Amino acid sequence: MKIAIPVNENDVKTTVCPSFGRTPYFLIYNTETRESSFLNNSAAASQGGAGILAAQTLVDQQVESVLTPRCGKNAADVLQAAQVKLYRTMNDSIEDNLTAFQAKALSPLAEIHPGFHNHGGK
Amino acid sequence: MKIAVLSGKGGTGKTLVSVNLASVADTCSYMDCDVEEPNGNFFFKPKEVKEKKVSVCIPVFDNTKCTGCRKCVDFCKFNALAYIKDRVFIFEEVCHSCGGCVLLCPEDAVSEKKKVIGTLEAGVSEQVHVHTGTMKTGEVSGVPIIKEMLENPLTPKDAMTFIDCPPGSACIVMESIKDVDFCVLVAEPTVFGVHNLSMVYELVKLFKKPHGVILNKCMDAENPAEAYCLEHRIPILGRIPFDKELGALNSDAKIVSRESEKYHSLFSSLLQNIMKEVAQ
Ligand code: SF4
Ligand code: SF4
Repeated sequence: MKIAIPVNENDVKTTVCPSFGRTPYFLIYNTETRESSFLNNSAAASQGGAGILAAQTLVDQQVESVLTPRCGKNAADVLQAAQVKLYRTMNDSIEDNLTAFQAKALSPLAEIHPGFHNHGGK
Repeated sequence: MKIAVLSGKGGTGKTLVSVNLASVADTCSYMDCDVEEPNGNFFFKPKEVKEKKVSVCIPVFDNTKCTGCRKCVDFCKFNALAYIKDRVFIFEEVCHSCGGCVLLCPEDAVSEKKKVIGTLEAGVSEQVHVHTGTMKTGEVSGVPIIKEMLENPLTPKDAMTFIDCPPGSACIVMESIKDVDFCVLVAEPTVFGVHNLSMVYELVKLFKKPHGVILNKCMDAENPAEAYCLEHRIPILGRIPFDKELGALNSDAKIVSRESEKYHSLFSSLLQNIMKEVAQ
């Protein structure tokens, strides 16, 4: 399973970034291969809808879980529509969070209003 | 003749100036383009108000036709679209109604529906036709409201129009001043006021609009905004003194030039100075 975490730097010693949509990078961790890679978040520079684009990028990467301190409603809608699970990070250490996630000790990110508002299609 | 009144931030006296200039002019239109927080109508208290909804077009996606090529998603520079699990999702409150995705879909899978984003009201207060645009909260852009308002003044085309612009210098302000003949910049006599003035000054220079400054809240002390005008050779159209009577009338939502002869002549002379600048 692939996990994504918004992070501040393109470096193994990096920390969790407080912003989801405008984070400079995502750390992508593969729980099977235990490999980490960094994904440049091109959405960070966009005028608006950064969260939507960032979420789309993660969905396209087949990420199944996102660990983040917070997440805007639009981004959460995209992720939820793609059945990506959202968890709240416990501190800004990547290692702590990955360990806690694998021990199923992270709680779901709660304070996002559920439900979609009138999206396209039918 | 169209005159826009601008300021770098709210509370500078932009509405005071535009409301009173309109009040001392002949038959004219007052357009409140501060669609997020219109308050000109609190002063004018217009009668015979007619209301009209303003709507924009929002794309609607037909899943049965969509092949998932994602051209629309990649195109949308506002990131209003996402492609998830074989269908396009739209975030209506992010969409700017540019119409791009409708045009470029190769499968003809995108059509449009109307969405109300605000209202326009028009009424009369003495000789002033008062137009008010109000944007629904949560909408991204009031530009379509301003466009529609400026297109349909109640007054004849050659009558004066006073445009109370939104504060700041964003694209919504640019929309408000696009077709005006003259820009009045309102400035406060503080260092912070100079900063706000310089923002709108840059904007009117960019648009190559004739302009002048009205110095508001003037006291005897030194006036950094005045110094800025002298330094940049910006015409000073006049000064509004900092005075209790004006403050009291204004905070009672009274139109000072309708209440007091003194202010009537002050704003009349401001208007004359503007006309002189325009004639130059
Ligand atoms: S451009 Fe048309 S066919 Fe392509 S993804 Fe968008 S709606 Fe579907
Ligand atoms: S109309 Fe324009 S802004 Fe709206 S979704 Fe389509 S491309 Fe994006």
